[in-house]
Amino acid sequence: MVNIQLSGAEMVLKAFEDHGVDTIFGYPGGAVLPIYDELAKRSASKDNKPMRHFLVRHEQGASHAAEGYARSSGKVGVLLVTSGPGVTNAVTGLTDALMDSIPLVCISGQVPSHLIGTDAFQECDTVGITRPCTKHNWLVKDINDLSRILHEAFYVASNGRPGPVLVDIPKDIQFQTGTYIGPETVKHKSYRPKLKASIDTIDEALQLISSAEKPVFYTGGGVINSGNAAVQLLREFVRLTGFPITSTLQGLGAFPGDDNQFIGMLGMHGTYEANMTMNQCDLMINIGARFDDRITGKVEEFSPNSKKIHIDIDPSSINKTVNVDVPIIGDVAHVLEDAIKLWKTKVYKTNKAEIKNWWSTIDQWRKKDSLKFDQGKKTIKPQYAIQRLYELTKDQDTFVTTEVGQHQMWAAQHYKFSKPNRWITSGGLGTMGFGFPAALGVQVAYPEKLVIDIAGEASILMCIQEMSTAIQHKLPVKIFIINNQYMGMVRQWQELLHDKRYSHSYTDSLPDFVKLAEAYGAKGIRVEDPKDLDKSIKEMIDYDGPVIFDCVVDQNENVFPMIPSGKSHSDMLLGDETEKSEISDEGKVLV
Amino acid sequence: MEDNLTKNTVSVLVDNEPGVLARVIGLISGRGYNIDSLTVAEVDAEKHISRITIVTPGSEETVNKLISQLEKLVPVSRAANVTFEKKGIEREMALVKILSTGEKRVESMRLSEVFRAKIIDTTHDSFVFELNGSPHKIDAFINLMKPLGLSEVSRTGVVAIARGTEKM
Repeated sequence: MVNIQLSGAEMVLKAFEDHGVDTIFGYPGGAVLPIYDELAKRSASKDNKPMRHFLVRHEQGASHAAEGYARSSGKVGVLLVTSGPGVTNAVTGLTDALMDSIPLVCISGQVPSHLIGTDAFQECDTVGITRPCTKHNWLVKDINDLSRILHEAFYVASNGRPGPVLVDIPKDIQFQTGTYIGPETVKHKSYRPKLKASIDTIDEALQLISSAEKPVFYTGGGVINSGNAAVQLLREFVRLTGFPITSTLQGLGAFPGDDNQFIGMLGMHGTYEANMTMNQCDLMINIGARFDDRITGKVEEFSPNSKKIHIDIDPSSINKTVNVDVPIIGDVAHVLEDAIKLWKTKVYKTNKAEIKNWWSTIDQWRKKDSLKFDQGKKTIKPQYAIQRLYELTKDQDTFVTTEVGQHQMWAAQHYKFSKPNRWITSGGLGTMGFGFPAALGVQVAYPEKLVIDIAGEASILMCIQEMSTAIQHKLPVKIFIINNQYMGMVRQWQELLHDKRYSHSYTDSLPDFVKLAEAYGAKGIRVEDPKDLDKSIKEMIDYDGPVIFDCVVDQNENVFPMIPSGKSHSDMLLGDETEKSEISDEGKVLV
Repeated sequence: MEDNLTKNTVSVLVDNEPGVLARVIGLISGRGYNIDSLTVAEVDAEKHISRITIVTPGSEETVNKLISQLEKLVPVSRAANVTFEKKGIEREMALVKILSTGEKRVESMRLSEVFRAKIIDTTHDSFVFELNGSPHKIDAFINLMKPLGLSEVSRTGVVAIARGTEKM
């Protein structure tokens, strides 16, 4: 590898090329002009590989679009923003990516080196602001460090537990010329995440698995992050054992949602059978999940009688909130590969008779049909809308993103995913405004596929400006709004916890979404009558361009089942009976 | 979490790069831990490795969680609990200024000999003592100096290392 002389701006694009990046999301500004200038020169010259730049309308949109791109394709998402407000606007997306372990590289411009610390125009302490919301970040102080830092940035973002990183480049460095070294010569000084786990520990886990009487697989986003091999190995292992499997919100799609061994999502709005199985099991096999508070409910009463195996690439996830018996630190694909090999060579068997009994218990719980709802004739039930959307789109390879709230939970419950990376949702941070820009990023990665953002009428307004991006870049994303005119999840909590005082959760003066779509040059569809739903969904799917689908639904519907704050898995509200939930003051404090 | 709030000494080996200290202490405050003392200095000039020593109150369980969070930081290569009870050696240095005359002045000097403190500055009305030892010993010295004209104290915070052949 010959070391070449390049300007800082050229180095950024060269590093992108060396890391296989051909797509970036961004917004120009004073402190990144040299890099934008290189982009212009590049597209004018025929010698270089094309670099697609998607101009967003707000940097939050760039960060979520990069997330959507990364979450759907498994590649690193890249965004380019300017100093000051450019980068502070991107902070929400960086934090979102950190919480859900999504690999992003954010390049931010900074005021020239000699102005740093002088409160210059559009200056902010970018590395200070983004330190707690990135996996790692760098401020480049010397042009000759730049290429190394860029290569480290891609390495850190995508290795170990993935996450967002940021490289802050002062404008003078972008202009300076220095030596560019290639990625193959750069090795990070100290960061070496462990991929393989010890065989002895895996064997210990297999012994528990072979003797378990009431086991359950509890899988999360770590399986999807680990990649397609992990997904295939998980499916093989689950089928090999015949055990029931439940998944977190982030893990949906790793195991087929319509498979009989899949007992639905677990947690606060999980199915009755999934939560009861977790509560009663004698062995929990956690693969790439992190015992999040949405999952555990009251930690003291979480699955009280089970042994717990926990496979995670991040050692700090082990025993963080729930103590486990067999911690296995490693990458899901590597661990499962070793586990399956060992299972076969040691000829382990499961306890078939007991597993059969366990399934009959689970089938009893399934009979509760905890996701049932009564459609009726008058208004569209939100669950029905999603069910119809699923039925009418399941035969093509559809990608679904969501905003955050009731619609997100209904989508998770009623839309069944048979492949990984098709379900793109903000889980950890719970970012309203995520779904639409994320859908744009998905559409960029898969131009020919159907991409739907299942939205709420409140969330969609948080990043609606990106409709202009969709039109400019011809991204035919469909926005499916479950419109109940309330911040539905806020309203649900106010109903249950605050004696129905609906403080500021009703949205007056909503826009006419059909006209709004048309104002941008997209198509608008509004549906109120259940019998028009199918026809209109088909119309939406068939339209070649972005659509806002305003689905007016029942305003009073709540998401059930629900584990209220501070309760355990066995205290689910199912929403049907005249059940009353006494939520303790302790529970009210929780979110 | 208020059970067994003992003091723990945690040693952290980090790449000496800009912002690494901010990262470490930001993590500690961001995750709700406290810092009683903190020292930091480069210990390997060739590899640019610094050693940070943090004294933090908490149960063994919470400190173990802190250690795995610290090890998650990209520039952190190792973190370990080197608390005295875990067979670590802990030392600290203090500079102690006494303002007094007459019998009190003589008494402070006599006590300083017992503690093997050095007098590194003096006037007719003052002493500055330099004292090395365990944090415990320094606490005891300072307490004894209180009625003898204690004016000002500056302490380095704890540095620690494991006994015997054990290496971080």
